[in-house]
Amino acid sequence: MNDAVTIDRAAALRVAASPIATLPLSLTINGEARTLEVEPWTTLLDLLRDKLDLTGTKKGCDHGQCGACTVLIDGRRINSCLKLAVTLDGAEVTTIEGLGQPGELHPLQAAFIEHDAFQCGYCTPGQICSAQGLINEGHAKDRQDVREQMSGNLCRCGAYTNIADAVLDAMEKQA
Amino acid sequence: MNAPHKVGIGTPLARVDGADKVTGRAKYAAEYAVPGLLYGVAVPARIAKGRIASIDAAAARAVPGVVEVMTHENRPKQAWLDHSWKDELSIPGDPFKALHDDRILFAGQPIALVIAETFEAARFAASLVEIDYEAEAHNVDFDTSLGEKFLPAKGMRRNTYHPPKARGDAGTAFDAAALKLSGEYRLATEHHNPMEMHASTVEWRGDGKITVYDKVQGSQNTQAYLAGAFKLSKKDVRVVNAYVGGGFGSGLRPQWQVQLATMGAILLERSVRVVMTRQQMFYHAHRPECTYEIRLGAEHTGKLTSIYGDATTSTSRFENNMEDIVTWGMMNYDCPNAEGHYTIAPRDTYTSADMRAPGAATGMALFEIAIDEMAYEAKVDPLEFRMVNYSETEAMNQVPFTSKALREAYREGAERFGWSERAPEPRSMKEGRELIGWGVATGMWDAQFSKTSARARLSANGDLEVASASSDIGTGTYTVMTQVAADTLGLSPDRITARLGDSDLPAAPVEGGSWAAASTGAAVQLACRSVAEKLFKAADEVEDRPLWGAKSIDDLDFVDGEMVLKSDPTKRVSLTDAMRAGGLDVIEVEETAKPGLSDMVSMARKARNTHSAVFVEVRVDEELDQVRVTRVVNAVAAGRIINPRTARSQILGGVVMGIGMALHEETFIDRALGRWMNHNYAEYHVPAHADVEDIDVIFVDEPDPEVTPLGVKGLGEIGIVGTAAAVANAIYHATGKRIRSLPITIDKLLEVAP
Ligand code: FES
Ligand code: FES
Repeated sequence: MNDAVTIDRAAALRVAASPIATLPLSLTINGEARTLEVEPWTTLLDLLRDKLDLTGTKKGCDHGQCGACTVLIDGRRINSCLKLAVTLDGAEVTTIEGLGQPGELHPLQAAFIEHDAFQCGYCTPGQICSAQGLINEGHAKDRQDVREQMSGNLCRCGAYTNIADAVLDAMEKQA
Repeated sequence: MNAPHKVGIGTPLARVDGADKVTGRAKYAAEYAVPGLLYGVAVPARIAKGRIASIDAAAARAVPGVVEVMTHENRPKQAWLDHSWKDELSIPGDPFKALHDDRILFAGQPIALVIAETFEAARFAASLVEIDYEAEAHNVDFDTSLGEKFLPAKGMRRNTYHPPKARGDAGTAFDAAALKLSGEYRLATEHHNPMEMHASTVEWRGDGKITVYDKVQGSQNTQAYLAGAFKLSKKDVRVVNAYVGGGFGSGLRPQWQVQLATMGAILLERSVRVVMTRQQMFYHAHRPECTYEIRLGAEHTGKLTSIYGDATTSTSRFENNMEDIVTWGMMNYDCPNAEGHYTIAPRDTYTSADMRAPGAATGMALFEIAIDEMAYEAKVDPLEFRMVNYSETEAMNQVPFTSKALREAYREGAERFGWSERAPEPRSMKEGRELIGWGVATGMWDAQFSKTSARARLSANGDLEVASASSDIGTGTYTVMTQVAADTLGLSPDRITARLGDSDLPAAPVEGGSWAAASTGAAVQLACRSVAEKLFKAADEVEDRPLWGAKSIDDLDFVDGEMVLKSDPTKRVSLTDAMRAGGLDVIEVEETAKPGLSDMVSMARKARNTHSAVFVEVRVDEELDQVRVTRVVNAVAAGRIINPRTARSQILGGVVMGIGMALHEETFIDRALGRWMNHNYAEYHVPAHADVEDIDVIFVDEPDPEVTPLGVKGLGEIGIVGTAAAVANAIYHATGKRIRSLPITIDKLLEVAP
């Protein structure tokens, strides 16, 4: 048809056919040191879910719009779908699995159960990691703050009022 | 002596699956680790109508890690007859068959699946598939499609559709009415947007056997559907949906990702996972767009004399999706003259689908805005107006209700909300720069019941497992099953395991329409009662026969792991002792609950419905017209509540989605390209935490032995119905601006002078 398309296409074919090299990556995940070989286009989220079977971290959009993939990196909350894993060499990652397990629940996890702060549970790990990040930040003083600062985490089941109750409850207990 | 301690129906038991959900152990469809798994990424059609002229997959195939590019040209065999593609909830028309042929029916239609060793390789390669189209003229615009609206012929209607039944003479009564109101009311297209994207992991077990981990609201429906569509033997297909990250109707029917993943697995004889992207989630189920013309006539007292409704909802060109829109107002209000009409309008999109309280969420909300307008017209308090026109019976079919505690809901809700403090005039309440408005609306939904089976298995050590192929999409079915079992057999919940979400389990229908708690609960109760009968019989073998004198299990209490003689509570036998004495290692029974059980009355004789009264406070910035919903009280009459804690959450969720319907949710379509424009979470606004302030839920007392065996009516839908109208009505009260089209976005408010 036209030349531009042909040139693009040839280039695309060349790029497409070239193999993706992996890069070494050292991470501490939930307290455990890991040495990994990772393709540079892999997000932290896909690394956790597809390669490390840490599926507690959820994918709700893959575009930084829902918060389901929230994890803690060196204590700060981030959307793991927006983070290329190879950029995190040396970081300490905490996922929902690292916060607590049945029998030894983290206070936030216990508060979420107590306040029925979820229905389907799909946004829940992200909500809980985000809440821990919020507590670490130390800016939220009241319900209004919690509502505002938890707004990066969508819950389509609409458990917000119970989430606010749970977070405030856990904040009080951690204070 | 300890007072008997019974956890059962009515106890606010914490969700039994809670620990798995808060620790990330709960596995959803895309999370099962399967050896040798391949990842499939769908390539969406870029045109809305036409055919595929050619596909060039060379570049995609060249990407290292890519195993196959599957299209209509190389896919495995599919069933030819439409009939084989029907599922439990199919609607009349030609069900969508992915990669069937070269036809394109809607933009975003999956037309190829790139399958690779890694997700990243598949995603990249999918962007390299070159497709040439032969486009045809399309229409995706709802208003344009109204030119083709029609009522399907009898055999082509959804079996859930109820034709509106006229009474009296609505036209003459309207002409003669002292007060008249007529208007066109609208609802935009909405998308379900469950947080978990539709996903299927198909595990190839060899020899044509597959296990499908599917995001769907019914495992056995997917099982039968895949067997039919891909000519598999049903026994070779196992479907698991143990955890479902929300559905709201989008997973009532199997979606296209399960077709693609299954075809990929069959083609390659390997395990394949397909997950829709959030963008692709917009190219399947959605709530139909609706236009609803309403005419009301009333006397000066506010007594309604005429109801007329004519509604149209959107569907696709290949299936006739239908809803009940106009019937709700006709059923709910006492009015001698009523008439309704309904049609559907086809456009070149995927078929619209049931979304939370389908029909009612739309029809009742829009009607309740009109009712509010008429109340102002008559200068009658909007709550009082609803009392004046209160119907004790179901007014359209003129049958009594099994129960209707709506009056109590109005009263208790109003009291909790403080309705009596309301200043009647619009724009009369203000604080700072915000106008304050209070609105009310009514909700109504069906109490449904579906045939469901359950199994109960009691081990010699006193552990009980109850199981049914039902689903828990966040609705609390695991917890309900546990509670009903605990209630019936007097066991502690920690001795009980509830299993669901697996097609191998006893038969259960798709979860939706709020019937799961009533139906699965009844089945579990039946199965546990059968276990109880066997225990009672075995107790005869216990030394001294402590239960002597009891004629049946109805003469016994089951408490704390023991059978206790009602007439003499000192006489008791533990369940484990009874089993030992009777020489039983295990008791296992399966029972089926069907309509007609115990005191249930037939549908024809009585109407079975849930009702609600929703009260809303909004605050509207006077200059910016920004709306905040600051307070909601939703008073619900839904029969017996099995678990007040999880029940409350269901209503909260419905209210939040109702707020979205009122203020935020709207999918825009590009007429030229035929594509949904705001197909992501950033531009399709679902209510966020900051949008939701205070929500109070009341369950009014409504004993109802006739509606279902447990007296349960179900709660999944009723929370949304009416909520959007109450918000709209509150906005009118705050601002004096009447907006008849949902969502009420700032632009619509700014356009209207107060
Ligand atoms: S998946 Fe990362 S923000 Fe949605
Ligand atoms: S619990 Fe379902 S999305 Fe939040």
